[in-house]
Amino acid sequence: MNRRDFLKNTVKVIGGLSLPLAAFKIITPKEIFASTGDKAKTRWVFLVDTYKCVGCGMCVKACKLENEIPYDANVTRTWVERYVMTKDGKTFADTPKGARDGFTTSKIDLGEGKFQDIKKDFIDKAFFVPKLCNQCENPPCVQVCPVGATYQTDDGIVLVDRTWCIGCGYCIMGCPYGVRFFHPVYHTAEKCNFCYHRISKGLKTACVQACPFGARQIGNIKDPNDPVTKVILTERVGILKEEYGTKPQVYYVGLDREVK
Amino acid sequence: MVHGEIWTVKELFVYPNEYIYWSIQIVMYPFMTGLVAGAFVLSSLYHVFGIKQLKEMARFALVFSFALLFAAPMPIVLHLQHPLRGINVIMTSHFTSAIAAFGIVFFTYGAIVASELWFLYRKHFVEVAVPLRDKQDKTLSEWLKFILFCTLTLGVYDVSEEALKRDEKAIRVLAGVGIPVACFLHGYAGFIFGSVKANALWMTPLMPVIFIMSAIVSGIALCMLTYIVTMEIRKFLSSRKTTPAQRFQSKEEIKGVEVNVIRMTAKYLIYFMVFAISLELLDLIFRGYTAVKSWDVLRSVIYGKDFTDIFILQYGLGNLLPFVLFLLPGLTIRRTILGVLLVLFGVFMMRWNVVIGGQAFSLSFAGYMHYKLPIIPHDWDTFKEGLFGALSIFVMPFILFWFIAKIFPIFELKETH
Repeated sequence: MNRRDFLKNTVKVIGGLSLPLAAFKIITPKEIFASTGDKAKTRWVFLVDTYKCVGCGMCVKACKLENEIPYDANVTRTWVERYVMTKDGKTFADTPKGARDGFTTSKIDLGEGKFQDIKKDFIDKAFFVPKLCNQCENPPCVQVCPVGATYQTDDGIVLVDRTWCIGCGYCIMGCPYGVRFFHPVYHTAEKCNFCYHRISKGLKTACVQACPFGARQIGNIKDPNDPVTKVILTERVGILKEEYGTKPQVYYVGLDREVK
Repeated sequence: MVHGEIWTVKELFVYPNEYIYWSIQIVMYPFMTGLVAGAFVLSSLYHVFGIKQLKEMARFALVFSFALLFAAPMPIVLHLQHPLRGINVIMTSHFTSAIAAFGIVFFTYGAIVASELWFLYRKHFVEVAVPLRDKQDKTLSEWLKFILFCTLTLGVYDVSEEALKRDEKAIRVLAGVGIPVACFLHGYAGFIFGSVKANALWMTPLMPVIFIMSAIVSGIALCMLTYIVTMEIRKFLSSRKTTPAQRFQSKEEIKGVEVNVIRMTAKYLIYFMVFAISLELLDLIFRGYTAVKSWDVLRSVIYGKDFTDIFILQYGLGNLLPFVLFLLPGLTIRRTILGVLLVLFGVFMMRWNVVIGGQAFSLSFAGYMHYKLPIIPHDWDTFKEGLFGALSIFVMPFILFWFIAKIFPIFELKETH
């Protein structure tokens, strides 16, 4: 066989093989699950009633202990923010140590060791806003992970694989809510996962259980009888930073426009 | 201590988990890849577009680009919390991420530069290997040299006129393909930043283009600088030659070549600088004009907190001053050295102002973070993400260049003498 024939035959064989191969459609496991009708029956969502929050910080404390985030490290999976609007139209906000110990002083923490005392008569309104991972429907952190170490489960929770995360920090940069950080011990990306180890066993998250006022609730939005679903569907609720298109799944009752 | 806490100072309302996570090494990453891409584009100007005046510079720039190539991924590796897992990016690439394609883009580019170098130096390899092969009783060092160059020829010993013509054609094709790939390598570094929708300063489609332009500027500047230094060393060496007549002649000759090459290259440097600055200003004006939600905090950072870094160090010292220096008639070598140093500094400050500036404000838009570069290291973290970590990355390509230049001689001695 000369070279010309060899090349000709090669083209023929490749062409002949690729035709029938093209007839096979590549089906992903997800598509099979979808077609068999066994769709995920759960989509975890969170409901925060800001009217009920008093800023005690029990949730933050419980979260740190439950999820083994070093207690004194200045990072936390969940935190509580305090907002104070004064009569001259200014907004002050702070979250000292993520409100792990609650808000023990009326002075606003301005960072760099500075504090601002605001007279009671000078305050228009003030409230607390608990924050945690929004378990976005369109999570930018999952999109930007270069190795696929962070991923979304079928029930909507975004998890991190500590054995595979390279610690590049791209997901931390990609999250508009600032919920991600590097774990001080494992040195991998870390975030709130709605206490996935608990909720998948039918328990409440640590923060929900620790909240003495019922400001935090977790529920399944695919279950129409879930009390959380009912509130989200029938009452006026808000979400954080809608403009980023992340479709966050933490809903807030009584969200103020000044909440950052 | 939490990663990032040691060099971050928070002011006003900042979310509790926010720190400057991307520090000096991430400033170095686009700076170094920019130098790689820029050096390559400079060398391609001769090979593809046949700009004859750049011939001497082209060969030099290509070898230097190769040396820089090895240093380019080092900043990322050093900045990883788990450097040993860096290989995961190639093993399980998650292609929705901009960083995931790094391995592919980088190795494609590396392959192009390596093969172009091979075609360019093939004749040299054969010329070294053949006499050594024929030589009887080789010494150990000659044996090693023979094995090295024999391997480098890849078994091709044909250096006939026709074969060399084919080589030239291959070089032209590779250089042509290399330009878009080099631009992609760096534009893609810009995309890593430009696509972060959470960051108000980074998110702009102009980012990749701005990065490419400033990359070419910095690449040309570094090539000019290294070229001048190498030429000065050659001048010094030739002045130590034995006969006074020889000394005078060759020294003047070298100087003549040097000034010509430098003036020519400086022209291209200015063209690309104009592009780069126009795009950067366009971005700034557009942000101010559209004034979306984030503009309040951006304005306070750009015109307030980072004013010195942006307008005095980057635009003033790094762009305007060298621009004037190059445009004044009668460009001398000394003025060029000052100019290119300032240009390099300006591009570095641009990277700094993007990376650090992008983290100078909180995601809450109601607070600020200040970066304190660790200078004296007291642990591994403060070394690698501190001044000395950055300096070692910067010095690396020069050391590599010294070694690589031993295999790929950058000056054709026959031609210049």
